[in-house]
Amino acid sequence: MQSKKQDGQANQSKRSAKAVAVPKRRIDKYAVKKWFFGSKDTQGAGKLIAIYGLLICIGFVYIYPLLYMISKSFMQRADLLDSSVNWIPSVLYVKNYIDAFTSMNFVKTLWQSVVIAGVPTLVNVVMCGVIGYGFARYDFPLKTVMMGILIFSFILPPQITMMPNYLLYNDLKILNSLAAFIVPSFLGQGIKSQLYILIFYQFFRQIPQALIEAAKIDGCGHFKTFFRIAVPSAAPAILVVFLFSIVWYWNESYLTQLYVCGILGGSEWNTLMVALKGFNDSYSTAGASVTGDAMGSLNEGIKMAATMLSILPVLLMYFALQKQFVESVDRTGITGE
Amino acid sequence: MSENVKKEKAPKAPKIETTKRKRLSLKQRENMMGYIFILPWIIGTAIFVIRPLGQSFHFALSNVRMTPMGRQVTPVGILNFTQILQEDVTFPTELVAYLMRTVLATPVIVVFALIIALLLNSKIKGKGFFRLIFFLPVIIASGPVMEQLVSQGAGSIPSMNTSAISSLIGFLPDFLEEAIMGLFENIVMYLWYSGIQILIFLAAVQKIDTSLYEAAKIDGGSTWECFWKITLPTIKNMTLLNVVYTIIFLSNNEQNTIIETIKDAMFGTTGSKGYGYASAMAWLYAVIVTFLVLVFAAALMLKKDAYAKQVKKAKQEMRHQERLAKKLKRKGIRYAKQEARRAGKPVKAQR
Repeated sequence: MQSKKQDGQANQSKRSAKAVAVPKRRIDKYAVKKWFFGSKDTQGAGKLIAIYGLLICIGFVYIYPLLYMISKSFMQRADLLDSSVNWIPSVLYVKNYIDAFTSMNFVKTLWQSVVIAGVPTLVNVVMCGVIGYGFARYDFPLKTVMMGILIFSFILPPQITMMPNYLLYNDLKILNSLAAFIVPSFLGQGIKSQLYILIFYQFFRQIPQALIEAAKIDGCGHFKTFFRIAVPSAAPAILVVFLFSIVWYWNESYLTQLYVCGILGGSEWNTLMVALKGFNDSYSTAGASVTGDAMGSLNEGIKMAATMLSILPVLLMYFALQKQFVESVDRTGITGE
Repeated sequence: MSENVKKEKAPKAPKIETTKRKRLSLKQRENMMGYIFILPWIIGTAIFVIRPLGQSFHFALSNVRMTPMGRQVTPVGILNFTQILQEDVTFPTELVAYLMRTVLATPVIVVFALIIALLLNSKIKGKGFFRLIFFLPVIIASGPVMEQLVSQGAGSIPSMNTSAISSLIGFLPDFLEEAIMGLFENIVMYLWYSGIQILIFLAAVQKIDTSLYEAAKIDGGSTWECFWKITLPTIKNMTLLNVVYTIIFLSNNEQNTIIETIKDAMFGTTGSKGYGYASAMAWLYAVIVTFLVLVFAAALMLKKDAYAKQVKKAKQEMRHQERLAKKLKRKGIRYAKQEARRAGKPVKAQR
């Protein structure tokens, strides 16, 4: 279109070599413009470059602390103080990890962390599934009120209920034991259980009513329908809830310290996160018990190594399951309204 | 508690009734099964939410002392609250700082999450890889880890010149400036907090019907217009969800000094501090958090677009007409005639 118009204009004016050259260059310009900015249907290269550029920049900002952590954890004392060593340590110094490993009592703490995160998570998955199914499948009176209470209890800061619950656990003699986590999660009140109930609720609402009716006609009772129809199709929701739950139980140190590990001592439980929280103290006491210079004085490198050690298990789990996780998130309809 | 007792009885009732009546109606049985499925949750809510709420309110209005004989609860009225607001050195300032921080950080986190979600939603290669990176913080950004990182200075972008920003906003009042500087200094940390929000936005954006965009394009809408007129209104609910989630997250986060203060007060041995004092703190804090959530929710939900307004108006009008018609039907034609006569006009009988 444009070129024709240009030609016409060129014909009208005197035919000089310059006039012919101009439209040619303009055609090129148009093509370049199209290639760069894209049209309504295709994405231009410029736009793509901008998107990739932004994503890579922000992505770098995102993994910057992680890279920083890895880099610092392998540095020895001299490297940390040397301003010429910026990212890459002069030697791969593993002793940081060994020191952190011994001072956190890693093997035992890891095992306890796995138990403290894992057992309530399994209970959560089962109970939130049952409760979510109840909310999704049945229309009983007062259901809206109950959903309101559910959301309200999610918004409620745990600090309000923390103290009475602490006293309750104390009276029930389950404080400083794993039961302090299991009992609430069995009754659908664990850490962020409300969210998991909502996830299951959203998911089970997607099951076609016809399927349930068909099962009913074939003689399935309520529980049989739940186990034979709902549960087998709920794999994505189960995976998402499992992952979220285990990660959040793993990362929780505030309530873990209060209920399970014992803020005033008197509990044999310890998790990596709680150990990391009190790392500075525990390191010095551990260092004192080890004779001589077996452990160097506390420095950034060791702290970073300890941080790295405490997130490594969940990190590995996430990398192993991330593909299924992303797919599951798409299929659970977490955001369905 | 009373609710709890009532629900527990419900499943037992039919057993007695089976002897008298043959069976419950289908609807009743369905309801009963629903209650059975959510029974654990009802008990849990009664024990771990409603009871503690009442108890902690009771504590907040009294002085709780732990003695070898047990708890001694003496009511003191609102003494705890006045003490916190008038005599406490740290808590009110912390509360104000928290308020400023949250008000500033919430929009930053939500807008940032939306931008990332839109970028991830465009047609690019390596989507899975980027998604992996952007969701990484959810896995590792926990309290102690963040504490270590922030204390090492990994929470800020090193090349960012904070002094330039500080001189730029120097005209603002001190407390505001402090909050903004805090935001910039820990920008990486706040960006890290947007993992879940990105996930929610991404899923919402992917669900938008593409035919909407096609129709808009045929009508000559640009991408920019499409974003404001289609994307944003469609995901409005998700925006609200994200805002609420962000506020809750920031409030219960372990980087937040207030919750540590409350815990310290709970086990504090000095002076009058103790469960009562800490409960009062927690209630104050909870009221402020709820207030924040409500303000943000109101700001988002009250603004309706013109189309939604019109639809609502039309629906109201329709309902009004329906009600009139029903009334007419019920009261009969005679009533209509009567009315008409009163109005002074003869009217034909209506069907």
